[in-house]
Amino acid sequence: MSEPRWVSWARRLVLGFLVLFTVLPLYAMLASSLKPLSDVQGDWHWLPTNLTFEPFIEIWSTIPLAKYFVNSLIVSGTATVLSVTIAIFAAYAVSRFEFRGKNLFSITVLSTQMFPGILFLLPLFLIFVNIGNATGIVLYGSRLGLIITYLTFSLPFAIWMLAGYFASIPKELDEAAKVDGCGPLGALIRIVIPASTPGIVAVAIYAFMTAWGEVLFASVMTDSDTRTLAVGLQEYSTQVDVYWNQVMAASLVVSVPVVAGFLLLQRYLVAGLTAGAVK
Amino acid sequence: MTTLTKPAPAPAPPGPGKSARARVWRGMSLPYLLLLPAVVLELLIHLVPMLVGIGMSFLKLTQFYIRNWAEAPVAGLDNYRFVLDFNAAAGRALMSSFWVTVQYTVASVALAWLLGTAGAVLMQREFRGRGGLRTLFLVPYALPMYAAVITWAFMFQRDTGMVNSILGDTLGLVGTGGDAPFWLIGDNSFWSLVIVSVWRNWPFAFLIIMAGLQNIPRDLYEAAAIDGAGWWRQFRSVTQPMLRPVNQVLFLVLFLWTFNDFNTPYVLFGESAPKEASLISIHIYQSSFKTWNFGLGSAMSVLLLLFLLLVTAVYLAVTSRRRTVV
Amino acid sequence: MRFGKLASALALTLVAVTAAACGGGDDDANAPKKLVYWASNQGTSLDHDKEVLQPQLDAFEKQTGIEVQLEVIGWPDLLNRILAATTSGAGPDVLNIGNTWSASLQATGALLPFDDATLERIGGKGRFLGPSLAATGAEGQPPAAVPLYGQAYGLYYNKKLFKEAGIERPPATWEELIETGKKLTKDGQWGLTLQAGQVTENAHYASILGAQHGAEFFAADGKPQLASDQAVAALQQYVDLMQKHKIVNPSNAEYTDTAKSLKDVADGKAAMFMNQAAAGSFELAGMNMDDLGVAPIPLPANPPAGHRKVTSFVAGINLAVFENSKNREGALEFVKFLTSTPAQVELNKTYGSLPVVNDAYSDPAFQGADVKVFQDTLSNTAEPMPQVPQESQFETLVGTAMKEMFADVAAGKPVDPASIKSKLVQADEQLAAGS
Repeated sequence: MSEPRWVSWARRLVLGFLVLFTVLPLYAMLASSLKPLSDVQGDWHWLPTNLTFEPFIEIWSTIPLAKYFVNSLIVSGTATVLSVTIAIFAAYAVSRFEFRGKNLFSITVLSTQMFPGILFLLPLFLIFVNIGNATGIVLYGSRLGLIITYLTFSLPFAIWMLAGYFASIPKELDEAAKVDGCGPLGALIRIVIPASTPGIVAVAIYAFMTAWGEVLFASVMTDSDTRTLAVGLQEYSTQVDVYWNQVMAASLVVSVPVVAGFLLLQRYLVAGLTAGAVK
Repeated sequence: MTTLTKPAPAPAPPGPGKSARARVWRGMSLPYLLLLPAVVLELLIHLVPMLVGIGMSFLKLTQFYIRNWAEAPVAGLDNYRFVLDFNAAAGRALMSSFWVTVQYTVASVALAWLLGTAGAVLMQREFRGRGGLRTLFLVPYALPMYAAVITWAFMFQRDTGMVNSILGDTLGLVGTGGDAPFWLIGDNSFWSLVIVSVWRNWPFAFLIIMAGLQNIPRDLYEAAAIDGAGWWRQFRSVTQPMLRPVNQVLFLVLFLWTFNDFNTPYVLFGESAPKEASLISIHIYQSSFKTWNFGLGSAMSVLLLLFLLLVTAVYLAVTSRRRTVV
Repeated sequence: MRFGKLASALALTLVAVTAAACGGGDDDANAPKKLVYWASNQGTSLDHDKEVLQPQLDAFEKQTGIEVQLEVIGWPDLLNRILAATTSGAGPDVLNIGNTWSASLQATGALLPFDDATLERIGGKGRFLGPSLAATGAEGQPPAAVPLYGQAYGLYYNKKLFKEAGIERPPATWEELIETGKKLTKDGQWGLTLQAGQVTENAHYASILGAQHGAEFFAADGKPQLASDQAVAALQQYVDLMQKHKIVNPSNAEYTDTAKSLKDVADGKAAMFMNQAAAGSFELAGMNMDDLGVAPIPLPANPPAGHRKVTSFVAGINLAVFENSKNREGALEFVKFLTSTPAQVELNKTYGSLPVVNDAYSDPAFQGADVKVFQDTLSNTAEPMPQVPQESQFETLVGTAMKEMFADVAAGKPVDPASIKSKLVQADEQLAAGS
């Protein structure tokens, strides 16, 4: 594909702009995390005049960062696995079977994305408390409650994407598996899932990020033992002060593993979304 | 869950009579079984609370009754009448925040899509450092939301922020000192909100479109090139049509996310956003959580739901028809 | 089938992990020998609060055998957590509330009323500082809470900047404040800093200045009347500090937290700041403490008719018992303990707040000149915020309206009585209709 000169200039220009746009806030974070608080509160300087690594030490004691981090990992990780598993089954049903209520199902699932979270927060909370009172299953204040809440947040889009992805896998492959003596579930596990690993990874990343960043529900549904990072980070801003430098240091620290994991999986994500979205 | 994840039970041995009937029955119910976990969870977490929310919109559910909902007096359509009375302050406030939200959504989705498309299309071709750039562009998506937005709030400060430092001190595009522009209050606050939202969302658009591009068969471009189509023609006649299904999904998802966005304005501006950037979700929060008047908040939410349903239905109808034509 | 096995093993592990991870929320939390206590953030961090409170809880356990499970909750979460507890009945036994929320929460019926018998149970009404006890719920009803930490507002000023400008003493009237402020406003330095972008702070000044102008934001029957001429005059006076007299940096219109104003004073960028007692925070912001002085918030030189001599609202934190508590006796015992003289001395000393029981003031910790200013203010010239159920709506609506006014001033748009009036009328309408 030959390209005219203007395209390569446009490339430099646009990508240059995007790099700046992406990097500036990241740089602000990094630079601020290496400054003492009083410098951060003062005028903006590109280079730290009093370079310090203190914020990276203080972050662990100002708030129980490690605990929140572990909570977030458990909640987001579990929600992701469950969401993806459930979405696989549902997507398989939608893509491989004709059944009554299919459209109703699809529409209902989509509509759940349209009700503002603020409002079903309160009813949901009440339902959780009542389930707890009736059955002894603690959903309010526990990680379990948050996990099942989050998994439903990512479920609709996960089903949608996976259904598209599954649809692109030729049905003849399923049939072949059935001839080999597999039931429909056997075909799913032997054929469809392996063939769509990249798509599943893509959905998993999406599900993880959805749970990782959620603030509103976590602020009401967790207590000091189960608080997640997304909410916990706000505790660097206290009654007395906003510890800007620590917020940013903590954000960098907790993002490193996520970004790393993200990058490792990026390859799959790219390939996965392709087939999923391009139904 | 565990039982479902286990290897599928061996199929019943083919045979006449009872087991065949069982197989037919299973064949009929299998899709429902597969959907069951999703349905149960969506019912529990979304639909039942949503129905409760709709029910709440017909109650006078103020702080006097939240301890015991059963005693809350029925308001009938009062809550709706109240929020839709555009001659009164509350109705006008809702309407104005609705328009702000519409503008915000259009601007944010359009820009995120534009940047995503531009980035993805221009990175279609292999060049040195492409992998590194792709990595970099995805970082904003992986940062915790609070961290990302609070950093922007930090940069937008008038006296001590990086934005005014660049625009004013370095580039001289805006005034400095006493003439420096505000970004967190006043007219500019709308654009601040859009910028932050685009910063957080464009990588997602970039990713989806990049993925879509990879699926376009190379020979389509080759065929177009043989026909003498230049770069721009190829983009118009191959890339764009092939991306249409991706864009259909992408636009809808971005639209729904952005329209219901609560976190970005909440973290950027604190509990009360400037009226120029007061999104409807913030407005609902203020009129229900802040004031503990959940009947009113529910009524607004139901109206919002109806609006989004309508938009989505029209959107799907239009785009699907166009899709079959293409 | 390897994938299938792997998947089921994974799922099993996850179920186990989840189950193990969900130990929170003990069922026996309400057993007679236990109490759950939600404390709001007062110190420099949530952890700091735990350090401060734990010795008190230990002492209480030693004394009564009741174990207190403490959870310190940050301000962004606190109201939502209380809301959740109120709606569901699943909450703590004892909790902190901002005292301005008292009447709002009282209306829900979620808090145990402190009628005379109950007050007697914790040592009697007479022990408490009158004004603080007045900020515990609607008039004519038994208090929904008792005071825990007292606070009052004062005018902090930078002695060094005053001396440099040849100013002898802090201003006592608004006229003096403006004059002083003008003298102190020059390159990169402003006479006064305001948290003009902070909703609740704005509402507090509306209330203080409103009282000085004789405004009543709610009629005796509880109906809002926000848009009175007195209220308009009060807001105009406040906004004019930035608009007309130009002694406040327009940048303050975007100040949403105290830290920025504290920092400006500490850096010598602003000479005066009205705030609650915050010596510790000033120190943290890098203030040279020898330069820091405090005086009461000014009064008008020629008070308008109907004015009230108010220089602060009754700020502070209240302590409430949750109506649903299964251990009411223990909860009251704990309230009695936290409001006892020794605990009051210790806690208020650490937090830099004011004791809410009279006896505690004899302690040497509360004899300093600065503390006396705040103490005097709280005892004599502080008025509670409106004790009505819609108080938080009032703060939100009026505070937001004021934030918009300051944003207009900063953008160079004029704010005059007519525009203030129209904003207040709008707020009034929303408040009246929402209730």
